[in-house]
Amino acid sequence: MSRTLFDKIWDAHTVRSVEGLDVVYIDRHLIHEVTSPQAFDELAARNLPLFRPSQILATADHNVPTLHQDQPIREPLSRLQVEKLTENCEKYGIELYGLGHARQGIVHVIGPELGLTQPGMTIVCGDSHTSTHGAFGAVAFGIGTSQVAQVMASQCLLLSRPQRMRISVEGELRPGVTAKDLILYVIAQLGTGGATGHFVEYAGSAVRSLSMEGRMTICNMSIEMGARGGLIAPDATTFAYVEGRPFAPKGAAWHDAVAYWETLYSDADATFETEYTYQAADITPMITYGTNPGMGIPLTGHVPSEVPANEAESFDKSLKYMGFERGESLLGKQIDYVFIGSCTNSRIEDLRAVAAYVQGKQKAGHVEAIIVPGSKQVEQQAIAEGIDKIFAAAGFELREPGCSACLAMNEDKIPAGAYCVATSNRNFEGRQGPGSRTLLASPLVAAITAVQGRIVDITQYLN
Amino acid sequence: MEKFQTLRTTGRPLPLENIDTDQIIPARFLKATTREGFGENLFCDWRYNADGSPKPEFVLNDPRYTGSVLVAGKNFGCGSSREHAAWALYDAGFRAVISSYFADIFRGNALNTGLLPLQVSDEVLARLLAAIEADPQLELAVDLPSQTLAVPAWSETFSFAIDGYKKECLINGYDDIDFLVNQKSAIEAFEKQRAWTW
Repeated sequence: MSRTLFDKIWDAHTVRSVEGLDVVYIDRHLIHEVTSPQAFDELAARNLPLFRPSQILATADHNVPTLHQDQPIREPLSRLQVEKLTENCEKYGIELYGLGHARQGIVHVIGPELGLTQPGMTIVCGDSHTSTHGAFGAVAFGIGTSQVAQVMASQCLLLSRPQRMRISVEGELRPGVTAKDLILYVIAQLGTGGATGHFVEYAGSAVRSLSMEGRMTICNMSIEMGARGGLIAPDATTFAYVEGRPFAPKGAAWHDAVAYWETLYSDADATFETEYTYQAADITPMITYGTNPGMGIPLTGHVPSEVPANEAESFDKSLKYMGFERGESLLGKQIDYVFIGSCTNSRIEDLRAVAAYVQGKQKAGHVEAIIVPGSKQVEQQAIAEGIDKIFAAAGFELREPGCSACLAMNEDKIPAGAYCVATSNRNFEGRQGPGSRTLLASPLVAAITAVQGRIVDITQYLN
Repeated sequence: MEKFQTLRTTGRPLPLENIDTDQIIPARFLKATTREGFGENLFCDWRYNADGSPKPEFVLNDPRYTGSVLVAGKNFGCGSSREHAAWALYDAGFRAVISSYFADIFRGNALNTGLLPLQVSDEVLARLLAAIEADPQLELAVDLPSQTLAVPAWSETFSFAIDGYKKECLINGYDDIDFLVNQKSAIEAFEKQRAWTW
């Protein structure tokens, strides 16, 4: 019987089915300081052992400072949460890449770079951007803390099978158009709840031609249109990325693994409940103007002037928060902050793209530009390549790794009323700090905006 | 988890679409290491001014509305997977949320918290929102065993869908964790038969 890629992986992990629900086995469980403490407490309260400690990896990323990581965390509640993670990992025998560790970083950056993320796996984490790992042809999705406890206790989850959606993007992306623009474009078409209830497979020649970093950016934002997750069939690009990484299979096991991974694709006549096809040539550099990621427009476009009557109240509240008007262009708007980071766009390729543009240039005087690498390894790679010096010369501040101003749990906050062009994934009200105004964009758009100090048509400024 | 069977209460209207979990409980309040106490910061930035004084126009500060059902716009709970959003609603006294569409992760988190996500049609939601705003005392009666929402003043009853297993869990106060731990032998057998050598 023909099956989708998603179904092949799901079926291979179904322990048994009960009353329309599947007991799904989880290969990798990633945990961090914010959504795990209550799960550990639940295990302790029920006097349950941790079922498979070797299948869990922990890191501290969500609320860690991005300055002076060699010193104790100053903020007492953040420090307590990180200490609690360390205690729990020691108590239960879980590998922890904590603050100061050479492998520390954002959970969705370190999984792939360590080779922990592999095709055909099921991967979960108490974080909605776990969908990132789907770039490798894995079924990866975010879970709540009760489910974190369930995986700790049983290495399984009780789930209903989602519906399948395929989104194909065909053709070649235009100059200056990146994976981030592609996914912002798709989310703008479908809306913030357009893929709810579905697991999305991204396909088409434009997707296949992307690097692993680009594919991760796309799968990362699947949740922003409501999808349970997103994935891309593994191919030679995937295998080349995984090979040789610390946790990748070695020797004969590598060949066995690749032979299996090569079977992971949707059969030609597999059925998807929903399908969309877009043309890469229709996509131009994107930016968001509102307070959810579906509110995106081309940089050269206009804020919509008409919306359905039943959406008007939410829409106008959003524009009021952002300080924008219906029908206006964003070109020329002055920007106060530029944030380059987050699990969406903080990998070495993202930093290289920024460096390639800003080399020999200077950020605008009124703009504060910070770059937060996704991991210690990304930071070290940037230093090894001399990218850090390019950033410093251009007036961009390179910080230490963490989630940082994507969700502003640490000190990295955008002040109320200020505009920030961010490479992260959410522009919700207050996401980057109370009253902050976020405009989501690609690293290239962010870099050009930082130099120009205002929103511009970046195609006029490409190197 | 507390049992949920029936609920007779009034509703609190929040007619905005796409309410994300960052609004329900902003990230800066996620530093707690226990499940309790999130209710006081529920909808913090909509509910309070920067100086901590309440914003009188926000529904939770409006003394006319006192019920334990939140009636909210379409696509409620989108965004982050933080279960703290469901905990905050529960901690603030809510036992059900009525909307015409729920984000997947929020729906699951709510069910695991004992908070009922009750989905109605866009049309019923619009009627409910208008009626509650016109009469804050409008009574709502939720009956989980029969999967119905009744509005006695209208002499109307609406049925709602819920997964059969999750319904039993809510009615009896069971968690998935109990079920999964009891699957241990099947899970161990599954691990042994896997073909993976890496």
